[in-house]
Amino acid sequence: MQYDHILIRYGEMALKGKNIRSFIQALQENLQVKLKDFPNAKVKRTQGRMFVLLNGHEPEPIIEICKKVFGIHSLSLALKVENDVEQIKEAALEALKKADARTFKVAAKRVDKNFPHGSLEMNQIVGSHLLVNTEGYTVDVHEPDVEIKVEIREEATYITSENISGAGGLPVGTAGKSLLLLSGGIDSPVAGYLAMKRGVQLEAIHFHSPPYTSERARQKVLDLTKKLVGYGKSIKVHIVPFTKLQQEIFREMPDSYAMTIMRRMMFRIAEAVCEQENILSLTTGENLGQVASQTMESMHAINEVTNYPVIRPLIAMDKAEVVDISKEIDTYEISILPYEDCCTIFVPKSPKTRPRRDKINALEARHDFGPSIEEAIAGIETIHITAKSEDTEFEDLL
Amino acid sequence: MIYLDNSATTIPDPSVVESYQKASEKFFANPSSVHQLGGATEKLLQTAKQQAASFLQVDANEIIFTSGGTEGNNIAIKGIALEHQNRGKHIITTAVEHPSVDEACQSLETLGFEVTVLPVDEKGLVDVRDVKEAIREDTILVSIMHVNNELGTIQPIEKIGKLLSNYPKLYFHVDAVQSLGKVPLDIQKAQIDLCSFSGHKIHGLKGTGILFVRKQVSLFPLFHGGGQENGLRSGTENVAGGVSMVRALRLIKEKQQNQTNHLQAMHDYLWNELESIEGVQINSPHNGAPHILNLSVPGIKPEVIIHMLGEKEIYISTKSACSSKEKDESKVLAACGLPREITISGLRISLSYNNTQEEMERFVASLKEAIHQFKEVLR
Ligand SMILES: Cc1ncc(COP(=O)(O)O)c(C=O)c1O
Repeated sequence: MQYDHILIRYGEMALKGKNIRSFIQALQENLQVKLKDFPNAKVKRTQGRMFVLLNGHEPEPIIEICKKVFGIHSLSLALKVENDVEQIKEAALEALKKADARTFKVAAKRVDKNFPHGSLEMNQIVGSHLLVNTEGYTVDVHEPDVEIKVEIREEATYITSENISGAGGLPVGTAGKSLLLLSGGIDSPVAGYLAMKRGVQLEAIHFHSPPYTSERARQKVLDLTKKLVGYGKSIKVHIVPFTKLQQEIFREMPDSYAMTIMRRMMFRIAEAVCEQENILSLTTGENLGQVASQTMESMHAINEVTNYPVIRPLIAMDKAEVVDISKEIDTYEISILPYEDCCTIFVPKSPKTRPRRDKINALEARHDFGPSIEEAIAGIETIHITAKSEDTEFEDLL
Repeated sequence: MIYLDNSATTIPDPSVVESYQKASEKFFANPSSVHQLGGATEKLLQTAKQQAASFLQVDANEIIFTSGGTEGNNIAIKGIALEHQNRGKHIITTAVEHPSVDEACQSLETLGFEVTVLPVDEKGLVDVRDVKEAIREDTILVSIMHVNNELGTIQPIEKIGKLLSNYPKLYFHVDAVQSLGKVPLDIQKAQIDLCSFSGHKIHGLKGTGILFVRKQVSLFPLFHGGGQENGLRSGTENVAGGVSMVRALRLIKEKQQNQTNHLQAMHDYLWNELESIEGVQINSPHNGAPHILNLSVPGIKPEVIIHMLGEKEIYISTKSACSSKEKDESKVLAACGLPREITISGLRISLSYNNTQEEMERFVASLKEAIHQFKEVLR
């Protein structure tokens, strides 16, 4: 006997009323795409249940993948048998033996009313079979090490043991698209991850200032994106050639305001990309008070240039919390690689921590940045990062 | 030539040599250099690690390029011991390990560590219950090989890993040098913390290897310096070596996918033929690795057989190559409790996917002839 499928539970989604159909469908599609390296594994739905049919694949690697798919609340390995008492008993025994446990409890549930034994009676039948055929196990109905669930449905009986926690959240794609401002630091990938967790499909925008910023810095951003792709679908990265505009800002504008103005330019360009790509919001890793440029005044000044919603998932988090998440999602090690990015190359000696809108507007009016903004937008290079985007660059060597 | 000493070392695959040469010439820069050449070399190194990681089903930053199995074993064992000695100074290993594990553990005894050496049965197998019994409050490391290099015995690594997962304070190291590409090992399922591999056993180059170090595991480095390889192995990276290792890994994994039956069929053929030769005793377990077969011909010095076969350009070995120069008996066979006449006459045949059935037939015929000749002379 073998585990032959994984039972998928989607907690929060079940509450989503009218949208439930599209949510579940999105989850099914997302999951199936993630499992494409397992050609026989199939994601199926019946009556409010989702399964991954293993069809001979080992369950462990598939469970690892499922654990990263948003919208799954929890999952369990399940055995499927016919609605037959003997088969049910054997399967329950198998499930108990595989679980690393001393105490157990059987929780039978008869959905198929044609089945001759009721739920309570099945608890007894299966429970005593387990006790008779094992050594050293005892029943504990209050705090068992493992609960053997026996669910007798019309089409079959499912036996499951451990409950594995899923990633929670909502299926990626069900909450529309957002454009993530991805710098390469610790914060922005975490912000992207948290947005994805709420069902957002991301695209990313990165500002690249060669030769001040290197090929490595650019690669770092693509590597970070690849980590995010692990939690959702493929992500488009828009690389903006920012050198000329950035030089112009730092040449034409007073040192103390250059940083704020640079960020306003980034928002302007990002909004233009949103328009082109039909994206309805921006996502940033901004966090209140974390650094001088992220004061309330600064956010107020920067936000003036767009009326698109700006999602700031980290706004109220402590740095330590952000770092924890970045470690968990495996972006931390990449983020701390010490390459200059466009926000670290020109650092003014005393940036304004309380910039004012009126002052900035007056400053910006003194110089026409229009042509350079246009040029930056026209020069955008878009790269698709998919789970499979393997480097073929070194094919002849590796 | 019929080369049947693949557990000592393999013939390098020409495409591995080519990859080494090309990478050396074109990506010579120091990966730590800030300039573009350094960047490109670093990217190659990183891509190589990613690919190695995907073959081994681990993460790229868990891959350390080493100079081979001996180094991997030493970094792992001494690294864990020195780093975590304040938690305990007890190490568990087995009686059939490669000297690079054996001696590394023994060296630690001189620093105040205690080593429990687990016994094996007559086929070289460790009993999981013995592992469990040996664990103490102060145990920090269990080091057990996957496939034994002399006998081909496959240790129950997954079961041991599962057992050890109940003891979160200790680390599990596996010497998987002999099993790579021949016997499946699931690092995740077996919950291994450290795992050593060697390039030259899989048609790669000498001086190349990989040590897997699980992310949360900290080690005391044997080499201090520029902090390369996550600080675990300082020194300018051998990029071309790592690259060639990954090429070798790719090739052996392809063969493992497609040609396991071929290897097993040759093994089965040898087993059946050798078993029926009078005076030959097979020491390997029947369900061992498909590329190693150990036998004894009591009464004939193994060197004599090796030289008789060598005349016909057929190459096999006694014991393991590394201990061949020691006198007399095989430590591994002795640990199996075999009588001295067996332990001093062990011969090892070790196969590669590149061997052929025809070679097996010629080898068997030549071995029979050699034994026959020898007996004739004695008579
Ligand atoms: C089991 C085992 N471990 C370690 C080694 C050492 O590997 P290397 O020669 O790459 O140092 C060998 C090879 O002789 C071996 O067979």
